[in-house]
Amino acid sequence: MVKAGDYDVPDGLYYSREHEWVKLEGKLVRVGVTDYAQSKLGDVVYVELPEVGKQVKQAAEPKIKEMELGAVESIKAVSAVYSPLSGAVKEINAALQERPELVNTSPYNEGWICVLKLSALEAELKQLMDAKAYAEYLKKL
Amino acid sequence: MSYQQARWIEPLIFELSKQGRVGWALPGKPRERINIPKELLREKLELPELSEPEVVRHYTRLSQMNYGIDSGFYPLGSCTMKYNPKVCEELAALETASCIHPNQAEETVQGALELMFRLERFLAEIAGVARVSLQPSAGAHGEFIAMLLTHAYHKSKRDDKRDQVIVPDSAHGTNPASAAMAGYEVVTVPSNARGRVDLKALKAAVSERTAALMLTNPNTLGLFEDQIIDIAKVVHDAGGLLFYDGANLNGILGKTRPGDMGFDIVHFNLHKTFATPHGGGGPGAGPIGVQRELEKFLPVPVVEYDRKRKRYYLDYNRPHSIGKVRAFYGNFGVLVKAYAYILLMGAEGLNEVTEAAVLNANYIMHKLLGVEGYELKFDASGPCKHEVVFSTEPLKRETGVTARDVAKRLLDHGIHAPTYYFPPIVPEALMIEPTETESREELDRFVVALNTMAQEARSNPEKLRSAPMATAIGKLDEVKASREPILSWRAHRKLAKK
Repeated sequence: MVKAGDYDVPDGLYYSREHEWVKLEGKLVRVGVTDYAQSKLGDVVYVELPEVGKQVKQAAEPKIKEMELGAVESIKAVSAVYSPLSGAVKEINAALQERPELVNTSPYNEGWICVLKLSALEAELKQLMDAKAYAEYLKKL
Repeated sequence: MSYQQARWIEPLIFELSKQGRVGWALPGKPRERINIPKELLREKLELPELSEPEVVRHYTRLSQMNYGIDSGFYPLGSCTMKYNPKVCEELAALETASCIHPNQAEETVQGALELMFRLERFLAEIAGVARVSLQPSAGAHGEFIAMLLTHAYHKSKRDDKRDQVIVPDSAHGTNPASAAMAGYEVVTVPSNARGRVDLKALKAAVSERTAALMLTNPNTLGLFEDQIIDIAKVVHDAGGLLFYDGANLNGILGKTRPGDMGFDIVHFNLHKTFATPHGGGGPGAGPIGVQRELEKFLPVPVVEYDRKRKRYYLDYNRPHSIGKVRAFYGNFGVLVKAYAYILLMGAEGLNEVTEAAVLNANYIMHKLLGVEGYELKFDASGPCKHEVVFSTEPLKRETGVTARDVAKRLLDHGIHAPTYYFPPIVPEALMIEPTETESREELDRFVVALNTMAQEARSNPEKLRSAPMATAIGKLDEVKASREPILSWRAHRKLAKK
């Protein structure tokens, strides 16, 4: 586990500039929002999950709808969850519908958002950061 | 600090009800039951039954537990909660304005039509546009109509591939919502380090799919988009339109005009800038102004003047119009207040509105820049416009006290909280808009309060975390309110029974 200030940044995951994490699971990846993201959002009151089967593109500028994996709503704001990789939504975390607070209490485990089936893993993975690089990135924000 | 809001232990009006108590009397015999279909009749209406004084006292107490611009300083950023002259209310309440009916014959409401006709010209002059529709009910409605006009414009050019609307990441949430409601895909462009639209990112975002750019200027950081001429060129060169969100019109009145900046469609919030109180849910008015090439698409009706017959009339004969967007003729009462306000202020006066609003915001910015705990996240080298967005991140890092804590503690000083956590691109944001109608003493009181709180965050942070204490209602559980909202008396009663 790497620490960036008060924020947990577990080893072995990949991270995006938009504060999503990626966990490789064979040919699939699991996606969620980072500890930093949930902390900045504050208490999450609603998670809008993407539809299973939705095709998404890896997040880049400018941001468009095809890069979104739903949204996380806190008492502060509604924030889009941007897809860290391109692919199709294979599975969603339905538990978040009843217990959105899991995003706060367990961002890297029970609070996962969805599982993606990828279309261009090798090439796109290079765009992401490892734990050390993400921790450095957070320190600069 | 010595502030204490009234704190009545006031039951709901339903709980005050006594069966059979009557507060009214109608002359003559009770009317025979009028012909209402059986299935629409209800046995039990469950309406509260009280006497007139009971009702008056109930609502007077509730009003004493409220806070508004008439009770004190209200620096709620982006909302322009400025003082609205009471004379505008008086004029809107005149019988000739408030007791006319929208179905009356045109010749009996010539004065009302003339007022609308003239107000339209005033607004067109203020915004630098060709024509204005007074129809939209409020701000977001105006935005939505603007998107419909955008669609009609491109369609008329047989340019039907334009399916994207660009919105900066500093925009009000209503912008992407209005674009999406109108069927457009929303493309978000980031702000640069100066808190303005990133021109390079904008260039990358425009294409033959771009229908429009929605922009607020000054933007939600209170900063003037000083590259607006270049921005307009990028969008126009790509074939898109420029929509001006009028939320921050109070920062440029009489100084510059959206039309001169290159905007094609402009919207106004009469309830922010032109003397209608708001914040209570309306009514508002969100007129839309357009340049010449969009004029024919405006909603019906528009008010026209027949020179021969010397009469004002409502023109429905507009074949290219997007149609009717609202019942009757807009929120007429709000239009009366706006017309009165513009006449009251005059061109000079409107100029001074902006000067004072901008001066007041800059005064606060400079006073707070020296206070440890608050900082500006974007370029502070130039002046801000009518509002300034501070971040309390340094204070949070040092003491754990958040922007929300600061905002809530401010209530204990008898000052309404600024907007907090908006715009979302500023962490721990406090969005402060003092408006033109506040005195230097009032601004100083606000600065002292924020100073005091920065000290308090270090010496007694618990005080901030448990604020507010001096208000009718204390700290609310916002998470519970969002997750399990109780929005009606029936839901409340159901829960109480459990």
